Amino acid sequence: MAVADTKVRGAIEIDPNREPIVVVDDLHIVYRVFGAGGKGNAASALSRIVRRQHRPTMTEVHAIKGLSFVAYRGEAIGIIGTNGSGKSTLLKAIAGLLPPHKGGVYTDGQPSLLGVNAALMKDLTGERNIVLGCLAMGMTPAETKAKYQEIVNFAGLKEGFIQYPMRTYSSGMGARLRFAIAAAKTHDVLLIDEALATGDAKFKNKSKRRIEELRKEAGAVFLVAHQLDVVKETCDRVIWVDEGRMHMDGDPEEVIAAYTEATGK
Amino acid sequence: MNETLADYAARHGLRQSAARPPLPKYLKSVWARRNFIWAFASAKNVSKHSDSRLGQVWQVLTPLLNAAVYYLIFGLLLKLSRGVPDFIPFLVTGVFLFGFTQRSVTSGSKSVGDNLSLIRALHFPRATLPLAYAVVELQQLLVSLFVLFAIILAFGEPLSFYMLLFVPILLLQLIFNVGISMVMARLGAFNRDITQLLPFVMRTWLYASGVIFSLPQLMERSDLLKNHAWLGALLEANPAYVFLELSRYVLLGEYRGYVQSTLGVTSVTHLWLLAVGWSLVMLIGGFVYFYRAEERYGRG
Repeated sequence: MAVADTKVRGAIEIDPNREPIVVVDDLHIVYRVFGAGGKGNAASALSRIVRRQHRPTMTEVHAIKGLSFVAYRGEAIGIIGTNGSGKSTLLKAIAGLLPPHKGGVYTDGQPSLLGVNAALMKDLTGERNIVLGCLAMGMTPAETKAKYQEIVNFAGLKEGFIQYPMRTYSSGMGARLRFAIAAAKTHDVLLIDEALATGDAKFKNKSKRRIEELRKEAGAVFLVAHQLDVVKETCDRVIWVDEGRMHMDGDPEEVIAAYTEATGK
Repeated sequence: MNETLADYAARHGLRQSAARPPLPKYLKSVWARRNFIWAFASAKNVSKHSDSRLGQVWQVLTPLLNAAVYYLIFGLLLKLSRGVPDFIPFLVTGVFLFGFTQRSVTSGSKSVGDNLSLIRALHFPRATLPLAYAVVELQQLLVSLFVLFAIILAFGEPLSFYMLLFVPILLLQLIFNVGISMVMARLGAFNRDITQLLPFVMRTWLYASGVIFSLPQLMERSDLLKNHAWLGALLEANPAYVFLELSRYVLLGEYRGYVQSTLGVTSVTHLWLLAVGWSLVMLIGGFVYFYRAEERYGRG
């Protein structure tokens, strides 16, 4: 029923029977991008400062152009779109890592973002990363100890790797360990940005189950992925973002079918 | 529907996702992370030397080499001791304790920038990072202190109860370092030019802090300082000097005797007051300064 309610472009309809956990209100995100400026030598840099110019190649990128939607407790929302459509930017904004240019993002509790970037602390061993990650999330040493084995099992690293520095990990291994650490705690809002893309089939199944559990623990999960089958299997709602605007919002089957048709040609 | 989305969000108790928590709540969450701070510092210390052959030996070797270089140049070549008794313990105390503050400043300025992936991956109060970096330096200093005490004892300094006063001095200096590394953390997070500038600032500070000379002695001899009393007062109010001079005063009996009898300085109460004042002002000021940008760290 919620599907019919939310499949609206422009104006947002609110389901009064459900409890919202993330509200995105006419969100605009504008990036500033700095490039290597001028001729790149000291003299040109100095003359730029003297003349009080801005860095020459600074451009503004309007990545999100007025996006609005409401996410309810217990939802797993997939976000799809072509490269550069603003999916990752949207997640960063929900996590509070990018300040809104206009509009706002309102959440209940603190969202956690799982991205594709490298290790947590790349010079430290997997072991240390687990312990420090758990402590940083606010667990007590006793809780950390109790969760430790569970995280190791979940990450399913090859024998011995847990004692190597994380910079020696393959991208898939690093992503698995990071996901395992972040998933050890219940999050109000968990944002996953392609973090599962590098995992193998076995890990995908495991993480799917974990996402299911996290959802039941009354939070919401956002998933950005290019593998549409993963989105279809894990999510119960899909948002299609195009050029920083909402293109479609609703049932996974329908949205993905429309998306495949639009991009498949 | 008259209600805007923002009102709707407020009605359900949702908050702006990029807002910082109120200060009391923030303090509480920092305190809840005390285990993280200690574990993070220990892990940093272990990994710091993990790819060099001598490994942890460098923790002792670096301060020793530092002291040796300064002794060679200022003690032997320039003969700067000028009647300061036990010049080597005097110099080593200065070099080690100044290094404690110096490294807190430089590493503090990188504490946010070097941990962006952690900041972006997990949510935790960011003030724990400069705090942890100050603890890293404390752990390093504790190792150097063994070297320091070995040198002091080797020069025939008798153990005395007076030395126990070194503990509160060290504590005050640690508090000061925590505060200053928070200030540097915020400056360094938003302005990368700071790291290029810092070595020069720190070197100037080193030469102004009486690491390699005795300020009371200089004030006794220098005409410039005699004619401009405010300059002397300014040098004496320098926090690094305060911590160094107090430490030397309590640790080195010979130097204490020299300052008291030859230079006629009978009381160091004003130094104690300055030490307490500096550390409290720096801690509170630094924490609040860092906290006020909490929601902006790791953005971009």
